[in-house]
Amino acid sequence: MLLRHTAKEIADREALVVNPAKTCQPIGAMYASLGIHKCFPHSHGSQGCCAYHRSALSRHYKEPVIAGTSSFTEGSSVFGGQANLLEAINNIFTIYDPEVIAVHTTCLSETIGDDVPQIVNKAREEGKVPKGKYVIHVNTPSYVGSHITGFSGMVKSMVAYFAENSGKKQKQVNIIPGFVEPSDMRELKRICSEMGIKTVVFPDTSGVLDSPQTGRYQLYPKGGVTVKTLKTIGDSMGTIALGQLASGPAAKALDAKCKVKYEILGLPIGLNATDRFIDALRKMAGVSVPESIDEERGQLIDILTDMHQYFFNKKVALFGDPDHLVSLVEFLSDIGMKPVHIVTGTPGAKFETRVREILKDKVPDVNVRAAGDVFLLHQWIKNAPVDLLIGNTYGKYIARDEDIPFLRMGFPVFDRIGHSYFPTLGYKGAMRLAERILNAFLDRQDRDAPEESFELVM
Amino acid sequence: MEILAQRQRQVFRKGNDSFDIACERRSLSGSVSQRACVFCGSRVVLYPIADALHLIHGPAGCAVYTWDIRGSLSSGPQLHRLSFSTDLREKEIIYGGENKLYGSLCELIGEYSPKAAFVYSTCIVGIIGDDVEAVCKRVSRETGIQVVPVHSEGFKGTKKDGYRAACEAIFKLTGTAPVQVAGKYSVNLLGEFNLAGESWIVREYFRKIGVEVTAVMTGDGRVDDIRRAHGAGLNLVQCSGSMSYLAQMMREKFSIPFIKVSYFGIEDMAEALYSTAAFFKDDPSIMSRARELVRDEVNRIYPAIRRYRRALEGKKAAIYVGGAFKAFSLIKALRHLGMKTALVGSQTGSREDYRLLKEVCDEGTVIVDDSNPLELSSFIVEKGVDLFIGGVKERPIAYKLGVGFCDHNHERKVPLAGFEGMLNFSAEVYSSVMSPVWEFAPRNAKRVHNGA
Repeated sequence: MLLRHTAKEIADREALVVNPAKTCQPIGAMYASLGIHKCFPHSHGSQGCCAYHRSALSRHYKEPVIAGTSSFTEGSSVFGGQANLLEAINNIFTIYDPEVIAVHTTCLSETIGDDVPQIVNKAREEGKVPKGKYVIHVNTPSYVGSHITGFSGMVKSMVAYFAENSGKKQKQVNIIPGFVEPSDMRELKRICSEMGIKTVVFPDTSGVLDSPQTGRYQLYPKGGVTVKTLKTIGDSMGTIALGQLASGPAAKALDAKCKVKYEILGLPIGLNATDRFIDALRKMAGVSVPESIDEERGQLIDILTDMHQYFFNKKVALFGDPDHLVSLVEFLSDIGMKPVHIVTGTPGAKFETRVREILKDKVPDVNVRAAGDVFLLHQWIKNAPVDLLIGNTYGKYIARDEDIPFLRMGFPVFDRIGHSYFPTLGYKGAMRLAERILNAFLDRQDRDAPEESFELVM
Repeated sequence: MEILAQRQRQVFRKGNDSFDIACERRSLSGSVSQRACVFCGSRVVLYPIADALHLIHGPAGCAVYTWDIRGSLSSGPQLHRLSFSTDLREKEIIYGGENKLYGSLCELIGEYSPKAAFVYSTCIVGIIGDDVEAVCKRVSRETGIQVVPVHSEGFKGTKKDGYRAACEAIFKLTGTAPVQVAGKYSVNLLGEFNLAGESWIVREYFRKIGVEVTAVMTGDGRVDDIRRAHGAGLNLVQCSGSMSYLAQMMREKFSIPFIKVSYFGIEDMAEALYSTAAFFKDDPSIMSRARELVRDEVNRIYPAIRRYRRALEGKKAAIYVGGAFKAFSLIKALRHLGMKTALVGSQTGSREDYRLLKEVCDEGTVIVDDSNPLELSSFIVEKGVDLFIGGVKERPIAYKLGVGFCDHNHERKVPLAGFEGMLNFSAEVYSSVMSPVWEFAPRNAKRVHNGA
């Protein structure tokens, strides 16, 4: 009887979330901030928020995560958090010497109505912000949206605070990668350099949260996009934003501010989404696709054909973040699988429409829900079983209870190591994804095979 | 290294004569603290009560970050491992969340028929001013299930205040069911959370020496046991930071005395059994059984510990834990392994804790209160530490420095309590410190290249 608390009968729940499929905005903002070199994320709220976010990020990335907190007390909640933030800004620059402090709010500071820009101006007037240093901010009330919203907001703030228009175009392309692993950001850079395109990836947590062992604790590891580079994004030839929710708003803001044309694409998960990404890159930068990338694509198709018979008509349940799910659903359906139950915790009605659109011919009766929870997904699975579950670590309860193969993907993954080092984006990422899906099926087949049909060659 | 000026009195090196560590202070704004909030304190204490419903009233985040993060095992119900949140949205921030809370409680109680329910208030609830107490009363009345509000608004103090709020919540349950006397000699275990099954080990020791455990608060906890807890003759308080307050309240109201104990390490586990036996002195057989148990157990584990010691002798450790009390036991346990403690600190230690720590430490040991990664890492490098004992946020720091690690917090996967736990602890320390991977670490790289 492990965790078997899920009833098969689905009752409408108005009031309650059971086993959430999202978390709150500030952690997304914190993760995005870590993608700026020498940036110190700061949580304007109670101590606990910051501790939880750092713990969760550490558990997922297996790396130290630096961040400060305004350490609200009962007094600050009555009189406002201005004094705390002023003190924090002063302390952070004095001791931790970052280039940038990236402040995000919490439900507490939002509700008491702290005006962060005004407080930062005051800090500047009082000489607490050293010359040439920056304090940026984003409002991340935890009761609106999800961690994806917070991530998206912080990326948009990077545009608002740093993008400049020098009037001289630079031969470079901006890439906004979305809430993806450091390994994925690294992979995007590799693909671009393979294509001979100079790019600015922002935020960029590669080299920050997948850094090598140095034998030293570094407050600011080597990676991350520098402020100097961020200042040039307004001069880029164009922006490719990966993911409507996580990256779209920043791309639009940059266009509005500096007239940088943009294209918003789905995350390049799988063959078709990567094709669109490569094509957009090629057009924007005016280059042709090199043979090496074509070769990767060919390898992917080859491996998919080797595997196709194992995938065909397999039913899949998925949960996670909207941008990931939209691309993943397309990929799974492209390789013959049937995504039948899909849940994201992030609110937004467009998600459901887009998934239905992708699956309209292949799975017309798909169950899809935005602002849903993992409990609902489990109920759907109980009513219509699946062959595979894809989701973050919290999926393991369902996988165990229903005894179905489980692929860990998304945020957070607490119980496995490697996701921050091996990408799932691009052709190579898709190869790895396909490999992991196949392994999940075949391991299960081996486990369950009766002795007489347990085979060496599968 | 540079220590924040205002933090200088929170760092101390043994050997300096004037001992005057400043602690129990609010963390400096902007300083990277490893501390958490009131809600966190309440949540970790109450979480292991397995047949209660735990509903978190606030935005989803607070529920997500505390969803099954503590390996507090239950031998029966698993209800505590689900995550229930009222998921407050903008609408409720404006109009209040009481209706949503009421609806959620009714729905959950209808679905799961828990023995009792805890409703945790988060920061936002303290600001929008929901009358959680009134909603809880109403639901209790309507459903017949006791619904206990936990006043754990994050900003209303530190994690310690959260422990206090949790104690108050538990105290509302104690004494609400008739005492069931089975044995003459009975105790409650307070501040024991059954991480990796530790309560089961400790319970078994008490059973063997003839002392009944009425309630464990809160490891593998059951609401009905807690309700009957006032029938016990003695409270044993571990992890003094979290549950001393409950012990005090129970002493006042039910005249149950308490003693502070620790189940970590050989001496402290033995001491816990002996002082319990000494308390029930009208039955001397308890003491003789305790002596016998300790002798047998020590004989059983000691040969293995000696083997570990041979490998670990002279290695250095750093300890950074939540409550200082655990640090005492760890220092002693490390001594059995021949290891020295070069750095010790806690998030929430009291003056008295630090004074005691100073007494048990060796010369030159660094003692820190409410420290941060920068400080911790620079002391670890300075002292040439081989092992870091801490929690989730400390682990990657140790690994980045190329230093072994042992989780003595929520993420421990083997029981570290009791004599058996000492053996497990030794094995865990041994297997991390002696792993050959540290030979690749930059701090040892030179040695490797020189072939020494």
